[in-house]
Amino acid sequence: MANLHRFANPNRFLRFSRVILPWLAGITALLFIVGLYYALFASPADYQQGETVRIMYVHVPAAWISMFGYSVMAGASATALIWRHPLADITARAAAPIGAGFTLITLATGSLWGKPMWGTWWVWDARLTSVLILFFLYLGHIALSRAFDDPTRGAKAAAVLALVGFVNVPIIKFSVDWWNVLHQPASVSRLAAPAIDPSMLRPLLIMALAFTFYFLTLLLLQIRAELTHRKVRALQLAQASAQ
Amino acid sequence: MGGHAAFIWPALGLTAAVLILMLVATLYSLRSGEAALSRLKATREPRPGRRSPAPDAG
Repeated sequence: MANLHRFANPNRFLRFSRVILPWLAGITALLFIVGLYYALFASPADYQQGETVRIMYVHVPAAWISMFGYSVMAGASATALIWRHPLADITARAAAPIGAGFTLITLATGSLWGKPMWGTWWVWDARLTSVLILFFLYLGHIALSRAFDDPTRGAKAAAVLALVGFVNVPIIKFSVDWWNVLHQPASVSRLAAPAIDPSMLRPLLIMALAFTFYFLTLLLLQIRAELTHRKVRALQLAQASAQ
Repeated sequence: MGGHAAFIWPALGLTAAVLILMLVATLYSLRSGEAALSRLKATREPRPGRRSPAPDAG
C-alpha cells in the first residue's frame, strides 16, 4: 500500500509513466502480432461456429476488458471518495472513454457474430442487455464528470454513479447462469477446466493479454493528458487572478 | 472464411478502427495539452534583458 501511495503523487506518476509507456507499447504490439497470427492463420475453424469463431478472438477479450475497465473506474472512484488521492479522480475519468470504446467493440462484434450463428443481430436477453447498460453507464460517467463548472463536484457525482453502477458487473458475469439466455455460458473462467480446445484457447488468451496491455497503455496516456490539461487550467487561473 | 467473410472482416475492421481511434484521440489530447502548457510557461518566463533589479547595496 505504501508503494501505491508513492505513485499517488502526480509528478512521480508522470516520471513513472514516461519510463513504463515504451515497454507497455512494445509488449502490446508484440502480443497483437502473435495473437492475430494465431487467431487468423494458426488456429482451426470451430466444428459448430465454423470460421466465425475468429470473431470470438476480439469479442471475448473486448468483453473482459469492458468489465475490467469498469472495475478500475469503480475502484478509482471509491479511492477518490474515501482517501481523496489526487490521481484517483483522474484515473476514473481517464478509464471511462476507454472502457466505453471496448464495450462498443463487444456489442458490435457480438452482433456481427450473432447474425450468422443465432439468426439475429440482437436479442433482449440478460447478458446482452446488461452489457448495453454497461455502455450507457460509461457514457453517463463521461457526461456527468464534465457536466459541472466545478470539476470537483463533477468528479464526485461521477464517482457515485460509478460505484452504484458497479452492481451491473457481477450481473453481466453471472447473467448466463442466473437466467435462461441465448448467450452461451462461460467456457474459460470456470472452476472446471476450460471447455475450449487448446488450439483455440491459445489465440484467445494471447489476444486477451494484448487487449489488457492496450487498455493499460491507453489509460496511462489518458491520465498523462488529463494531468497536463489540469496544469494548463491551473496556470490559466493563476494568470487570470494575477491580472 | 467459409461464407462468413461479410461478418468476420467487418468485426475485425471495426475493432481495429475503434482501437486506433481511441489511440489517436488520446495522443491528440496529450499533444494539445502539452503544447498549451509550453505556450503558457513561455509567457510566464521573464524575457531576456529584463532582469529584476539587483538588491540595493545601501
